[in-house]
Amino acid sequence: MEPITSHTGRAVALRRSNVDTDQIIPAVYLKRVTRSGFEDGLFAAWRKDPDFVLNRPEARGATVLVAGQDFGTGSSREHAVWALRDFGFRVIVSSRFADIFRGNAGKGGLVVAAIAQEHVEALWSAIESDPTTKVTVDLESRTVSWSGTSVPFALDDYTRWRLMEGLDDVDLTLRHEDLVSEFESHRPLHLPRTV
Amino acid sequence: MASTLAEKVWEAHVVRRVAGEPDLLYIDLHLVHEVTSPQAFDGLRLAGRPVRRPDLTLATEDHNVPTQNIDLPIADPVSRIQVDTLRANCAEFGVPLHSLGDTEQGIVHVVGPQLGLTQPGMTVVCGDSHTSTHGAFGALAFGIGTSEVEHVLATQTLPLTPFRTMAVTVEGQLAPGVTAKDLILAVIARIGTGGGQGYVIEYRGEAIRSLSMEARMTVCNMSIEAGARAGMIAPDNTTFDYLAGRPRAPKGADWDAAVDAWSSLRTDDDATFDHEVVIDATGLTPFVTWGTNPGQGLPLSASVPDPAAIADEQERSAAERALEYMGLVPGTPLREVAVDTVFLGSCTNGRIEDLRAAADVLRGRRVSDGVRVLVVPGSVRVRLQAEAEGLDTVFTDSGAEWRNAGCSMCLGMNPDQLAPGERSASTSNRNFEGRQGKGGRTHLVSPLVAAATAVTGHLSSPADLPALEEMS
Ligand code: SF4
Repeated sequence: MEPITSHTGRAVALRRSNVDTDQIIPAVYLKRVTRSGFEDGLFAAWRKDPDFVLNRPEARGATVLVAGQDFGTGSSREHAVWALRDFGFRVIVSSRFADIFRGNAGKGGLVVAAIAQEHVEALWSAIESDPTTKVTVDLESRTVSWSGTSVPFALDDYTRWRLMEGLDDVDLTLRHEDLVSEFESHRPLHLPRTV
Repeated sequence: MASTLAEKVWEAHVVRRVAGEPDLLYIDLHLVHEVTSPQAFDGLRLAGRPVRRPDLTLATEDHNVPTQNIDLPIADPVSRIQVDTLRANCAEFGVPLHSLGDTEQGIVHVVGPQLGLTQPGMTVVCGDSHTSTHGAFGALAFGIGTSEVEHVLATQTLPLTPFRTMAVTVEGQLAPGVTAKDLILAVIARIGTGGGQGYVIEYRGEAIRSLSMEARMTVCNMSIEAGARAGMIAPDNTTFDYLAGRPRAPKGADWDAAVDAWSSLRTDDDATFDHEVVIDATGLTPFVTWGTNPGQGLPLSASVPDPAAIADEQERSAAERALEYMGLVPGTPLREVAVDTVFLGSCTNGRIEDLRAAADVLRGRRVSDGVRVLVVPGSVRVRLQAEAEGLDTVFTDSGAEWRNAGCSMCLGMNPDQLAPGERSASTSNRNFEGRQGKGGRTHLVSPLVAAATAVTGHLSSPADLPALEEMS
């Protein structure tokens, strides 16, 4: 994964709360066998509506999604994170995220920035009045800023470190490969093998 | 320090422990199937990583495979792609695979134990929530997500935070005709579908000790339906006897060393659990579900509940929704609920004992007119064993269909499905809306209830059937 210390981009205001993972990516897209290419499934049901925010011309190239409270509830599908990433989003801003989604996002290199609801409202207004507004999410200072405003967001040290180093779970474990080999050298001989 | 069975197995697998970080746990056996593995393999490919221990990994085809005409290409393109992708991935990464047509093919949770691969004290994972089945051997076995599948393929380990521990003690003995399935349905109805959240459940007590290995697997299989990560039963002579002589079980001196090690795998007398539940087995009777989650169950002798009588508002509205979906009227005796289909199979009840029990009920009897009965062995080995015992003829003589191994009607992912509005008595584990096919209505039952229901056409237990002598 590419490391991310700070990200600046244009944003989309998704004025909906309780956006569940079935909305983010409907179940029919889960039958795929690849790890990429899920962008067409993102918000598939809502995107049928030509007026849906992501269909507007000004949304093209946006990399920050600003959504209502309780983003990512429902089924634990990791495809939700993949679809958001494949579509081009690097950061999701909301006032509250579902636990499993938050965990999956950290694994998938998607930054989730939880800011107070009043700040979400202010950010929505800013984006809607000027769609070219640049939003910066800085992991170093743990702040979201736009047009001279800067607000803090919570992010635990461990997740922040991983995002800033660009490490996925496998990378992290492989740093301790010597310990794994050491463990393997002591496994009891009676344990089964499949071949 | 005194510890529980789950804690002992956990401790024995810690590769790395650092305060403030999850433990890194070694995985002894990783089972793989076609639905949750493609992206994991694709992730390895993208990162240029190999599978660390193909010799601790085993793949089988189960969820998507048809149970008829298995020599023809799979008709559904999506199913075919998933199966073909698994075959290509296993070949590329050197992972052993039991494909459709192979004698070791079958449902992943039936195949592992029958090969003797699942052994006491092991850590077993699979990208499938019913991995809890393997806990019947005193293994710590749990389902994982796709990125965890990738992690295990790449490293043979998983970073995990410890689960909490729960004891479910089942005292007394089950009455004749009351099975492990009735027991676990009653447990889930008691603790609720979320009651086990975050826990490993250890099933203990006299009733559990008396269960066969296959019945123990039925119990542990459904732990996930109570929300638990895993279910476990301490190994004993029943476990060792089941394992002895299986293809992948230890032999000779290894066997003796193994039994020695396995014998210490039990919860210390002075260990404490985070939560304890006690259930009396003696009062249990055949149990069936009436709703759309496995916790919505009642004794077969009861009637469809009246939501108006439920005090808790959330539960009441859930019951109302469930009855509407199920097309049931409050107050109807469950015994009067007529079914269109009976499904006998799945990783919950698709083993040889389950088939024997059902065949004993169906022998000399006829399936009720208009009822479709599918008997689907959990693996090719189970099918061959049943055929050697003549059970297939018992089923077909009674009017049931005898199929090839697979997940079949447990979930609507292959050709075996309920039509909208159709009702089944099913020995599987999930009665969610649409689980067995869009609009299908599922009643979870034991193999004995399934067989008796096949004969009468409405939910029944063998005790409801006229004795065979009187019939002729
Ligand atoms: S039989 Fe059903 S529950 Fe078991 S593995 Fe197959 S689909 Fe899952």
